[in-house]
Amino acid sequence: MSKLVIASIGPASSVQDGGRPGAQRYGLVPSGAMDRLALAAANTLVGNEPFTAAVEVGPFGAKFTARSGAVRIALAGAPRNADIAGRAVAPDTSATLADGETLTLGFARGASFSYLAIEGGIAGEPMFGSLAVNARAGLGSPYPRPLQAGDELQTKAASGAPERRIELPAVTDAPIRVVFGPQDDEFADETKKLFLDSEWKISATSDRMGYRLEGPVLKHLHGHNIVSDGTVNGSLQVPGNGQPIVLMRDRGTSGGYPKIATVISADFGRLAQIPAGRAFRFRAVSMAEAQTEARKFAALLRTLPERLRAVESVDLNIDALHDANVAGHAVNAVDAGTWHAVSMAEITGPD
Amino acid sequence: MAATLPPPRLLPSGDSAITVEFSRNIDDAANRRVLALDRALAAEPLAGITETVPTYRSLLVHYDPVQIDFDKLGERLLTLAQRPVPASTKTRRWRIPVVYGGEHGIDLEEVAKTLNTTPDEIVARHVAGDYRVAMIGFTPGWSYLSGLADSLHMPRRQNPRLLTPAGTISIGGVQTGVQCLAGPSGWHLLGQTAVRTYQLHRDPTFLLEPGDNVTFAPVDAKTFAEQDRAAEAGEFIAEQIAS
Repeated sequence: MSKLVIASIGPASSVQDGGRPGAQRYGLVPSGAMDRLALAAANTLVGNEPFTAAVEVGPFGAKFTARSGAVRIALAGAPRNADIAGRAVAPDTSATLADGETLTLGFARGASFSYLAIEGGIAGEPMFGSLAVNARAGLGSPYPRPLQAGDELQTKAASGAPERRIELPAVTDAPIRVVFGPQDDEFADETKKLFLDSEWKISATSDRMGYRLEGPVLKHLHGHNIVSDGTVNGSLQVPGNGQPIVLMRDRGTSGGYPKIATVISADFGRLAQIPAGRAFRFRAVSMAEAQTEARKFAALLRTLPERLRAVESVDLNIDALHDANVAGHAVNAVDAGTWHAVSMAEITGPD
Repeated sequence: MAATLPPPRLLPSGDSAITVEFSRNIDDAANRRVLALDRALAAEPLAGITETVPTYRSLLVHYDPVQIDFDKLGERLLTLAQRPVPASTKTRRWRIPVVYGGEHGIDLEEVAKTLNTTPDEIVARHVAGDYRVAMIGFTPGWSYLSGLADSLHMPRRQNPRLLTPAGTISIGGVQTGVQCLAGPSGWHLLGQTAVRTYQLHRDPTFLLEPGDNVTFAPVDAKTFAEQDRAAEAGEFIAEQIAS
């Protein structure tokens, strides 16, 4: 057995996988990776099943050291500087840490979450079939809480398989698509128009439970209390102050605020990656279009292994990193430095 | 022939879930239809449905749009929802012990004052109730019960508390609740139970099901302390009694 020892890590970093659906009727939310495509891509690079548990690394940097043997890893999701003992690690590429070497990750650039997949997965005790951390419910393994310095992730020794890169569709900053409902009839047509015509920013007071949005006030037609009903990932609920909250993977399973719209499942990961403070827009689509996109997204996840490519040389890795640096945004310390937990009471009931 | 039931509204909740809404209000008849549809789907699963979440007034049906689309699933749900609600459904009944007042129910005195009566009378009214688990939501095991006496209806607190204890028994609006984990709440805290409606490494992990019947039985603080130790060791504490 090899292990990755966490030398340092920022908040909002935890072990996540495909989550634990099936117990929402008991109030247990599935949790799981904020960006499932990035999780699946990272796992595919090291030969794991797509939704194997990996480290979801938040906006800050982190350091991991291999002990008791070599560890093969891959990184996907938010672009950030990464190196192993000074050797650059390109995004969307696998790499191997020799015993004793340290992987150093910088701050996320222009996105929020990276996924550090480990060949052979992370050893742990699944609860409801998942290692995903849900700190409120006391769930998650090997630690039922966000990761911290000193934690150890047990895994298999590196196989020595050749390193790979994966070609993913280009990242787009097109508007986030939504379908209206379930309670869009609690809002006037001009309020729905205002919602679509306005720029929104994700507040710094956001977390895995919900993203608060800053923008124009959305007025309710009949007040902001409804009798609680079920929530989904991407529910856009509008509390009394008229500032929507997008419910994310650790949401409450029910809520008592009107939900004007729902982010389509194919765009959920893209929304999850938008850094605090960057302006973006929503676009309404039909149910038919949303479901076509959901099917396309499922096909993309299924066919990720076909997108694997050989890594030609170490030089190319360095080039790729340079490209990313040139093409990417400057390191934005504000993105990473203003990540606060939302108070649960502000998100929803019990009501 | 039974009168035709009004059809529920099918509300889109994104591309992978449908809210089947029977009422906009807290409505016992609507809740019975929610639970009946939930049971019908459990008995005859439809391909593509991944899980269902009953609430007071609606059933949230999660599904996989790769397997079935909104229109097809909606049509089948409407057909099922039109079936008459079975007159009697076999349900489980639980007796849940509660220590009322003092440090275990810090709002009991205040509730009595607001409702112009004594704490003992509040407890008597609460214990007299015959409740049903209308839904479980918000956090694991948080059970919302219908059947609260009109004389205990009270608006929620203006300022929700950020932290209320595990096992809290509270009232809010027209509902009473059994809370499992410590967490925020805007309800009025009447007491506390040792019963864990959610406990890891216990079989079953979740004690209550939507549709279960619940009554409360007062216990003293000493009994609560004993029960709390036993519950921690994995005992149910809640008694299942004949319906």
